[in-house]
Amino acid sequence: MSAIVRTEGVGKKYRRRWALQDCTLDIPEGRVCGLVGPNGAGKSTLLGLTVGLLSPTVGSIEVCGGQPAVSSAQLAKVGFVAQDTPTYAGLTVADHLRMGAHLNPRWDDAAARRRIDRLGLDLRRRAGQLSGGQRAQLALTLGLAKHPDLLVLDEPVASLDPLARREFLQVLMEAVAEEGVSVLLSSHLVSDLERVCDHLIVLVDSQVKVSGDVDELLDTHHRLSGPLREEQGLPSDQSVVWSSHTDRQSTYVVRTDSPILDPAWSVTPLGLEDLVLAYLTATPTPSSASASAGRGLEVLR
Amino acid sequence: MIEFVLDARSGVSPYLQVVHQVRRALRLGLLVEGDQLPTVKDVVASLAINPNTVLKAYRELERDGLVAARPGVGTFVTKTLADSSLAAHEPLRRDLGRWLGKARAAGLDDESIEALFMSTFRAMNEEIA
Repeated sequence: MSAIVRTEGVGKKYRRRWALQDCTLDIPEGRVCGLVGPNGAGKSTLLGLTVGLLSPTVGSIEVCGGQPAVSSAQLAKVGFVAQDTPTYAGLTVADHLRMGAHLNPRWDDAAARRRIDRLGLDLRRRAGQLSGGQRAQLALTLGLAKHPDLLVLDEPVASLDPLARREFLQVLMEAVAEEGVSVLLSSHLVSDLERVCDHLIVLVDSQVKVSGDVDELLDTHHRLSGPLREEQGLPSDQSVVWSSHTDRQSTYVVRTDSPILDPAWSVTPLGLEDLVLAYLTATPTPSSASASAGRGLEVLR
Repeated sequence: MIEFVLDARSGVSPYLQVVHQVRRALRLGLLVEGDQLPTVKDVVASLAINPNTVLKAYRELERDGLVAARPGVGTFVTKTLADSSLAAHEPLRRDLGRWLGKARAAGLDDESIEALFMSTFRAMNEEIA
């Protein structure tokens, strides 16, 4: 399967600060990819690079087989719903559809009108008079009617109430089922993503901590708990994501392809939320090995 | 037609929850041979989940020979889990009732009984595997 987004050593620097560093990714076609991380981790920067609103300081990025925003044909392949699902407050719903039809060569007007109809939106209403949930649905409708190969959404549901959030994701998932559009969406809430994503990228401090298909990530991460043990005492094929120690007990989150055979550990599978949290609260790399070993020793004393 | 529900707190992956719910419905006779499963689009629309999750669940059920996909039509139940084993339920339930009585008499509380059952269950599964 080919990649819908491929980045190679991408970095983006604003003045003196790196917003994104050494980002190498491969997102397969047809996935619904979730981009998670705390605020300020670089999520919007990565999305901006993907749609071509930003250009990388270093590295290369390829989206739908081309350089982002390099031509109008390339622009037509990628839809973008920016943060807070912006619409033009003074324009009516019908105006939005007309504008979309004029600006997009692959515009599917019938599908757009069908969606608006099903959502029960009045074509004559101005976007400024719509509720937050309706405005989000309008922005999503525009993004989908553009008929892109990849739809990028920046925190699409962050400001919506639970019901509007569910309705938004329903429409999005239906579009995935019907049209097979690939999706890249960011969120700082894992619970939003758990149902909808089959691929995940965790971004912390401008760096990609982990990325991959959700099923594979869940299969290869385990929580081990048992009697106190140093990190060096773990097999070399288990890489420690997170660890915590009391004076007699150790708890680790490890990533490994092989089964955990050591009978001293009680092994529990991780949910997606726990997995993400393990990466978000992990000890800083790359010196994490020595740092956590140091802490382990303190505990032993 | 059955309807799926998802428990976000269960820790069980959504695709397995779908598989379990179909199997349970088959076992209880809620679904029988020839019944249609909800279409992928229907499930996606009602639960707001990734279509690949539903497809994966249906594929697994297909691999187990429980359902078959008819392209363009839908996915249909091809095998019933209930009839062959349903008759065995009653005597097993009686055995289990007797066993539970013994466990209580030995002073086990609900939690201990559940823990004992699950650990024995797991140990047996590991022996088979």
